[in-house]
Amino acid sequence: MTSGLWELVLQGIWVTIQLLFFSSLLAAGVSFVVGVARTHRLWIVRFLAGLYTEVFRGTSALVMIFWVFFVLPPAFGWQLVPMWAGTLALGLTYGAYGSEIVRGALAAVDPAQKEGGIALSFTPWQRMKLIMLPQAVPEMIPPFSNLLIELLKGTALVSIMGMGDLAFSGNLVRLALQESAEIYTYILLIYFVIAFLLTRVMRGLEKKLKAGVGKAPRKKTAAVRVPEGSGVS
Amino acid sequence: MNWDWSAVSDFMPHFWDGLLVTLQILVLGSLVSFGLGLVWALLMRVPSRWVTWPVGVVTEFIRNTPLLVQLFFLFYVLPEWNITFSALTTGVVAIGLHYSTYTMQVYRAGIEGVPVGQWEAATALNLPLGRTWTAVILPQAIRRVVPALGNYVISMLKDTPLLMAITVLEMLGEARLFSQQNFQFTEPLTVIGVAFIIISYLASLALRALERRLVH
Repeated sequence: MTSGLWELVLQGIWVTIQLLFFSSLLAAGVSFVVGVARTHRLWIVRFLAGLYTEVFRGTSALVMIFWVFFVLPPAFGWQLVPMWAGTLALGLTYGAYGSEIVRGALAAVDPAQKEGGIALSFTPWQRMKLIMLPQAVPEMIPPFSNLLIELLKGTALVSIMGMGDLAFSGNLVRLALQESAEIYTYILLIYFVIAFLLTRVMRGLEKKLKAGVGKAPRKKTAAVRVPEGSGVS
Repeated sequence: MNWDWSAVSDFMPHFWDGLLVTLQILVLGSLVSFGLGLVWALLMRVPSRWVTWPVGVVTEFIRNTPLLVQLFFLFYVLPEWNITFSALTTGVVAIGLHYSTYTMQVYRAGIEGVPVGQWEAATALNLPLGRTWTAVILPQAIRRVVPALGNYVISMLKDTPLLMAITVLEMLGEARLFSQQNFQFTEPLTVIGVAFIIISYLASLALRALERRLVH
């Protein structure tokens, strides 16, 4: 491989990391908003949040990407820059998975904690912010870590739409060299290294957050994907 | 936003073709992942570091890298080594291999969930190792993990559109072909989007029923 081709791969890594960063921010935002909304006291809010989760978990991420790229522009007159279209599709889909994590972690907080908040006449917002979330967030980190790896793997899908991410640069190099084994091995290794670094960072974060509420991190986190069958876990 | 019902009815024959291919991938891919996953899980229990270490590294690698790139790898590299399969077979192998690294963990949890007393009873009865596995441990372990395996089948359903990238005409492939020929993107893509939601919802209902039956 020549240095020019390596430059192409480096650009691909940069696009993948940008896309991962933006879509994980959007997914985290969506997860918390929808996950908290599913514990709301009004049934209509709970219903809408549940509907969102079912719909976005039910479709395939790739179908969602196609939809954002091809259906949104003519239907609503929005022509998004590829980076934002990819971010939107990935963030909304993975946010739906994340909202289940948030909901599960909130449900796992000891009910007495919530009752304590009520007894002290905290407002619902204060209860959420001062009692529930500080205890629930550290528990969310291991499943979020797995979801982040899934999201990293999901970013490769935008290469089908012609966005120049890491997987796409691999295809370009294959066309240039007429030889695939070498370049795809490198691409897979690069993804693996990024995933490894992400798991390390998340494990550090978990340790820090758990120390804040006086707990030790779990000994070993098995990299199991969050159960995806709607409602079945 | 303009919706054209005639485009939907034009697309429907292609949709059924695509659905058939999608279900084919799903069934074959599930079988591959169930079988291979069990093999990985059993290999991980071999009491030798020379077996568990390579199996652990390889499965970890497959699990943490994108299925799309793995598909490209198999689709473009295998012919260079003079192994040629149809695109569909390559896709089934890739998706089955990818998901076997998930099902292996499901099996592992199931095997570890079998009470120690069962192992001791098998030893006390002087059952050979093969019989212990096939007659005592695995029947109990697999029964426990069926719902979890079902969840991965539903996940796999949502990854079948990736096979479009290696020219397999499943639902999304058919929709894209139809869109490019007729310049109508909205209807086919929405139809298959809704189809995915319906199929995965029905599958999760079926899974819940199965789970309830297995518990009793």
